[in-house]
Amino acid sequence: MRDYKSGLRDGLAIGLGYLSVAFSFGINAVNGGLAIWQAVLISMFNVTSAGQLAGLELMLKLAPLLEMVLVQLTINIRYSLMSISLSQKLDRDMSTLHRLAISFVNTDEVFAVASAREGLLNRHYLYGLITMPYLGWALGTLLGAVAGEIMPGVVTRALGIMIYAMFVAIVLPPSKKYRPIRVVALTAAALSIALYSLPIPGLGGLSIVVCAVAAASLGAWLFPVEEG
Amino acid sequence: METQSFFVYVLVMALVTYLTRMVPLVLFRRRIRSTFVRSFLAYVPYAVLSAMTLPGILYSTGSVPSAAAGLVVAAALSWREKSLLVVALAAAAAALAVSLIPGGAL
Repeated sequence: MRDYKSGLRDGLAIGLGYLSVAFSFGINAVNGGLAIWQAVLISMFNVTSAGQLAGLELMLKLAPLLEMVLVQLTINIRYSLMSISLSQKLDRDMSTLHRLAISFVNTDEVFAVASAREGLLNRHYLYGLITMPYLGWALGTLLGAVAGEIMPGVVTRALGIMIYAMFVAIVLPPSKKYRPIRVVALTAAALSIALYSLPIPGLGGLSIVVCAVAAASLGAWLFPVEEG
Repeated sequence: METQSFFVYVLVMALVTYLTRMVPLVLFRRRIRSTFVRSFLAYVPYAVLSAMTLPGILYSTGSVPSAAAGLVVAAALSWREKSLLVVALAAAAAALAVSLIPGGAL
């Protein structure tokens, strides 16, 4: 119980932060034409910002399912690395059942906090840690979707930029400090702009996949990450 | 979009997302040895977010000039390492301000 509370406390800040990101997703979802319950359902089943935004765009234009699979796989493959890393920190009582449950909410921020905690992690702490982020994510989406329905169009359209602005706020600070990240980010952006301006039929959402794989490969080739 | 295809899309999205998180946590007990693969995975988040943001952000408000104003504000505040929420709200405010300029068929 003490570990659960400790996790709850550590997760509170994440949950509050998610309120705003999820709020923007809710706005974007109803701007795109989804119902409020559909926006909330997506958030409750996926719990991931970039993947949901890309998925939203794909479903709105009725993209092929294979495209959806490839885009989600590329955007979310980073979670595999995080899960591999997290698997090294779990204590002996983490049975498969608990791993199945915990991994559902292994987001970037949950992973970051869990990794920073000293020693092995038990399931009580992890369940506590994922509680507030999950609630914040679902609630934020609901609030955003409702706001999107009742606010004037000129306001909700302007709010549609929020989630992208947050992406800028995530990528820019580390790009300023670390040249490898700067090179990767600039390469991905340049490729994405180039592909957007070239009329390649059928590329669609796969553009993100192509750009991300190319830029991350370049980064891995030029700036291999040392053991750590 | 029909409700049925909505459910199919959400199911596919959720399944792929969950598998990327679940499979390694359940199965993986050893570290990845390949430096290239580890490095690649470390850079993927930044590459994905950048590719999604540009040029996508310019079409996020329904008018390129208002979105461009939001982008400039977002970049300036991110450079000063303001919090995600501050950056997002300021960018939206800038976009709203530009879209409210009267007479400008922006």
